[in-house]
Amino acid sequence: MKLRWSVLLQWEALLVALLVATFVIGSSVAEAFLTGENLSLASADLMEKAIMALGLTLVILAGEIDLSVASVLGLSSAIVGATVDAGVPLSLAIGIALLAGALAGLFNGLLVAKLGLPSLVVTLGTLALYRGLAFVVLGDRAVSEFPQGFTDFGFNNVPGTLIPWPAILFAILALATFLVLHRSWIGREVYAIGNNEEAARFSGIDVDRVKVGLFVASGTLAAVAGVVFTARFASARPDNGLGFELDVISAVLLGGVSIFGGRGTLVGVVLALFLIGALRNVLALEDVAAEKQSIAIGTLLIVSVIATNALRGVQERAARRRSAPSPADQPT
Amino acid sequence: MLSRRMGTVVGLILALALGVAACGGDDDSASSGGGGGGGEKAQGANVAFLPKAINNPYFDVAAKGGEAAANQLGGEFKQVGPSEASAPAQVPFINTLTQQRVDAIAVSANDPNALVPALDRASKSGVKIVTYDSDVAPEARTVFVNQADSEQIGRIEVQILGEQIDKKGEIAILSAASTATNQNAWIKFMKDELGKPEYKDMKLVKVAYGNDDDQKSFQETLGLLQAYPNLKGIISPTTVGIAAAARALDSEGMSGKVKLTGLGTPNQMRKFVKNGTVEEFALWDPEKLGYLAYYAAAAVANDQISGKPGESFDAGKLGKKTVEEDGVVVLGPPTRFNKDNIDDFNF
Amino acid sequence: MLARPEVAPAAEPVEEVRLGRRRLRAGALLDLVGRVREAGIALALALLVLVVAVQEPRFVEPDNLEEILLSVSILAIVAVGQTLVVLTRNVDLSVGSNVGLVAFVCADTLKGSPGTSVALIVLMGVLIGAGLGVVNGLLVTVGRVPAIVATLGTLYIFRGLDFTIAEGQQVNAADVPDAYLSLATGHVLGIPTLILFAAAVVVVASFALRRLRSGRELYAIGSNPEAARLVGVPSGRLVFAAFVLCGALCGLAGVLWGARFATVDARAATGFELAVVAAVVVGGVNIFGGSGTAIGATLGAILLGTIENALSILKLNPFWLQAIQGAVIIAAVTLDALITRRLQRALRRARRRRT
Repeated sequence: MKLRWSVLLQWEALLVALLVATFVIGSSVAEAFLTGENLSLASADLMEKAIMALGLTLVILAGEIDLSVASVLGLSSAIVGATVDAGVPLSLAIGIALLAGALAGLFNGLLVAKLGLPSLVVTLGTLALYRGLAFVVLGDRAVSEFPQGFTDFGFNNVPGTLIPWPAILFAILALATFLVLHRSWIGREVYAIGNNEEAARFSGIDVDRVKVGLFVASGTLAAVAGVVFTARFASARPDNGLGFELDVISAVLLGGVSIFGGRGTLVGVVLALFLIGALRNVLALEDVAAEKQSIAIGTLLIVSVIATNALRGVQERAARRRSAPSPADQPT
Repeated sequence: MLSRRMGTVVGLILALALGVAACGGDDDSASSGGGGGGGEKAQGANVAFLPKAINNPYFDVAAKGGEAAANQLGGEFKQVGPSEASAPAQVPFINTLTQQRVDAIAVSANDPNALVPALDRASKSGVKIVTYDSDVAPEARTVFVNQADSEQIGRIEVQILGEQIDKKGEIAILSAASTATNQNAWIKFMKDELGKPEYKDMKLVKVAYGNDDDQKSFQETLGLLQAYPNLKGIISPTTVGIAAAARALDSEGMSGKVKLTGLGTPNQMRKFVKNGTVEEFALWDPEKLGYLAYYAAAAVANDQISGKPGESFDAGKLGKKTVEEDGVVVLGPPTRFNKDNIDDFNF
Repeated sequence: MLARPEVAPAAEPVEEVRLGRRRLRAGALLDLVGRVREAGIALALALLVLVVAVQEPRFVEPDNLEEILLSVSILAIVAVGQTLVVLTRNVDLSVGSNVGLVAFVCADTLKGSPGTSVALIVLMGVLIGAGLGVVNGLLVTVGRVPAIVATLGTLYIFRGLDFTIAEGQQVNAADVPDAYLSLATGHVLGIPTLILFAAAVVVVASFALRRLRSGRELYAIGSNPEAARLVGVPSGRLVFAAFVLCGALCGLAGVLWGARFATVDARAATGFELAVVAAVVVGGVNIFGGSGTAIGATLGAILLGTIENALSILKLNPFWLQAIQGAVIIAAVTLDALITRRLQRALRRARRRRT
C-alpha cells in the first residue's frame, strides 16, 4: 500500500511539473498563449473531453473500459438537435438526451456485468451502434438553430470573468466525482473491484450493481458532454465528437490510472487533461495540425508507461532488498 | 495523506492560475494597415484562408491565387484548415486565428450558421471576416466572394447533363457535405431547373453526400449504381465528388453508360474526359477565386470597403471589382470544359 | 476489460499443458468449437444472402458477389494480421494508421518515380509496415507497455508521421502508373487480383496457425501465458513476431489501398482499426486470446461487408448501417460467451467425472 501511494505522489508531481514546463515553454514559443482570452478558449475546448474523462476514470478504475463515450456524445447531440428541430422545448430535449445517455450506459453495464462480456468488445459494438443511432435520429443534416440562451451558455464566459460556463459545469461534476471516488464507500468498492474482482465479490461487494452504475454514470456524463458540445458549436450533427474517445482514454491513462484498474486518482486525470489541452493549444497556435499534435500525445502516453514500469521496477527491487535480505533467495 | 498531497497539488495549480491571470491580458485589436476608406490603391494585409478542408486540390489551387496576390501586395498569406469538412472542425481554427490576431480571415464555410458565434467573436476582437466559395449568414461577414452566380451554376449543370442524356431518364446528385451552403444553393436551382416542362422526363431520384471525402464519394457512387440500375446520369458539383465518381464509373465499366458531369478541375478530369467517362463539365478558375478573395479581404482589412452594394475596389490583374447586393462580389461566369479545350488548362 | 496478465481466465484447463494426453483432448475440443464457430458465421452469411436474394435477385449476381469480396479484401488481410496479435492476448490499435502511412508513402513514391516496378513497391510497403510492427512489438515485449496503451500511442504517432510526410499533398489516380492501379483492378484467370491477394494471405495464415508449431504456440500464449512460459514457449519472441507480421500485413494492405482508392492523402484509413477489430470479433476470435482462426476473421469481414452491400442494394436507409454493424458485434460476442460457458461447463463435468 505504501508503495503505491508513493508512486502516485511522484506521478502527480510529474504531471504538475510537465504542466508547468508546458506553460513556460509555451509562453515563450507562442506569444498568444499566456493571454487570459486564449487560456479561456483553450479550456472551453477541453470541457467535453474532460466531462467524459470523469466517467471513464470510474469505469477504468473498476477494470473495465468504455469505448462508446464519444458515440454517446454524438447520439446525445443528435437527439438534442432532432427534438429541438421538431419543436420540443429545450429543457425537455436535454432531458431526453441525458436519459438516452443513461440508457446507453445501462445497456453497456448490463452486457458487461450480467452477461459477463468483455467490455472492450461490448463497447466497441456500442461505439458503432450508438453512432449509428445518432445517424438514424438525425440523418445527414445538421441542426444549427438553437435558443440564444443555450448557445450563450456553451459559448460565453461567466460575465465579468474569463471562465467559460461549461468549465463551471465541469468543476461541479468533477467535485462530485471526486467525492464519490475518494470520499465515499462507492469509491472504495470501485478500487476493490479493480484490484481483485473475485476478492471484492467474496467480501460482499455487489460487483454487478457497481459496474452497471459506473457504466450508467459514464453514459450520462457522455450525454452531458454532448449537450455542452452542441451548445458550444451551435451545431447538432451525428458525427460530433467522432474519434474523441482516443483523447479521453489517453487523458485517463496519462493521469496515472492503470489500464488494468485499481490504481489512479481523479486529480491525476484532471492534471493530465489540462496537460493535453495545453500542449494541443500551444501547438495549434504554432499552426501545427491536430494530427501532428497527436504525435506529442502518443509519445507522452508511451513514455509515461515505460517510465512508470522502470520506476516500479526500481522500487520493487528496493523493497525486496529491504524485506528479504536472505542470500538463499532464488533469483527470479 | 490524500488531503496533504491534495493541498500541495491544489496550491501549485492555484499559484499557476494566479500567475497566469496576472500576466494575461487582452491584446488590442489588430492594427489594420493603411488609411481610412476611399483609398483606391490596394494594399497588403495579414490574411488567412480557412477552406472547408485542407488536402483538397481545389482549395490548394485557390490558395496559390491567394499567395500570388499576397506577393503582389506585399502582404502575408497562410492557409489553415481541418482534415474533414465539417463546421465544428473549422471553429477551433477560427479561434486560433483570432488569438493570433490576423487582419482578416477568408473562410469557405461548411455550414451557414454554425460558424457564426466564432466569427462574431473574431470580429469583436478586430479580425475582419470575408467568405469565399461558400458563404455564411451575411451578418457574420463583410463580403462574400462568389465564384459565379449561384443560379447560373445550378442551371448550367442540369443543362449540360440534359444535353447528354436527351433530357430523359433517372439522375442523381452526388454532393459534398449536406450542410454546405454553396452546395445547397446550387442544388436548389438545379431542382428548380428540373421543374421546367422541358425536363419532365428527367427524374432526380437521389441526392447523395460524399462529404468532400474521396473514399466516401467513391462508395456513394457505387451505392447509387447498385440501388438505381436504370440511372442515366450523375451531377457532382464538387471537385472531390466528380473525381471519385469518375473513378468509380470507370472501375465498374459504366463509363459512357451513365453520364457524369459536375464541377471538376481539368487536371483531375483530363484522363476521364479523354476516355469518355465525362463528356463535359464546368468550373471556374479557383486560382482567380483565391486571388480575388485575397484582394477583397485585404481591402476590407484596410477599411477600403465595408460590404455595401456599389462599393468598388482594386483587384489587381482582375481589374476593378464592384460589390453587389448582400455584399457579394462575383468572379465571373463558369467555364465549360470538354475534350476540345481541356488541354489548354493546367490546374 | 482486460484480463490482468497475472490472472488467467477461469476454467482454462491447466491439464492442457501438464498432461500431454489431456492437452490433446481439450485442444481437440477447442478445435471443434472453433470450427463450429466458423460454421456459425458461414451459416449466418448464407442465411443473410438467401433473405436478401429473395427480395432482390441482383444481390447474387456474380458481379455483385465479386463486388462484396473486393470491398472486404483489404479488410480481410488486416483482420488476419490482427488475429495473430489478438490470439496472444494483445491488440493492435495502430493498424489504421499503419495502412494509411504505407498507402501514402507508396503512392507518393510512385508519383515521384513512375518507373519503379510494382513488385518493388509492394516489397517496400510490406517492409515499412513490418518496421512499424517492430515498434509495436518492442514496446509490448521489451517496454512492457500493455498492448492497448502502446498501440493507442502508436496509432497517434504513425498517423502524425503520415501527416508530416504528406504535408497536405494528395496523390491522384492520374499520378500513378496503371500497373500499380491494376493491383486492385486487374484480373488473373478471371479472378480479381485483389481477391487473390486476400485469399493467399488467409490460406497461408491458416496453414501457419494450424500446422506450424509457432502457430499453435500463439494459442498457448493467449490462453495461459504463465503456463506457456513454464513449458518453454518463447512468448516474448512470438508476441514480437505477431506484431511484426501484423504490421507487414498492414503494409501489404496499404499498398493495395493506394491502388484501389487511388486518391490518397494523409487521412487514408483513419478509423480503420475499428472495422478490423469488429471483423475479428465477429469472426469468433476471442479478445482474451487463445482461440479463433484466420478463416473466422475473414468470414467476419465478409459478413460485415455483405451487410453493407445488402443495405445498399435493398435501398434501405444507409444510416442504419453502423447501428446494424454494432448490433452484429454485440450479438457475436454474446453468442461466443454463451458457447464458451457451455464448453467450460462441459469441461468441468468431464474433469469431475475423471477424478
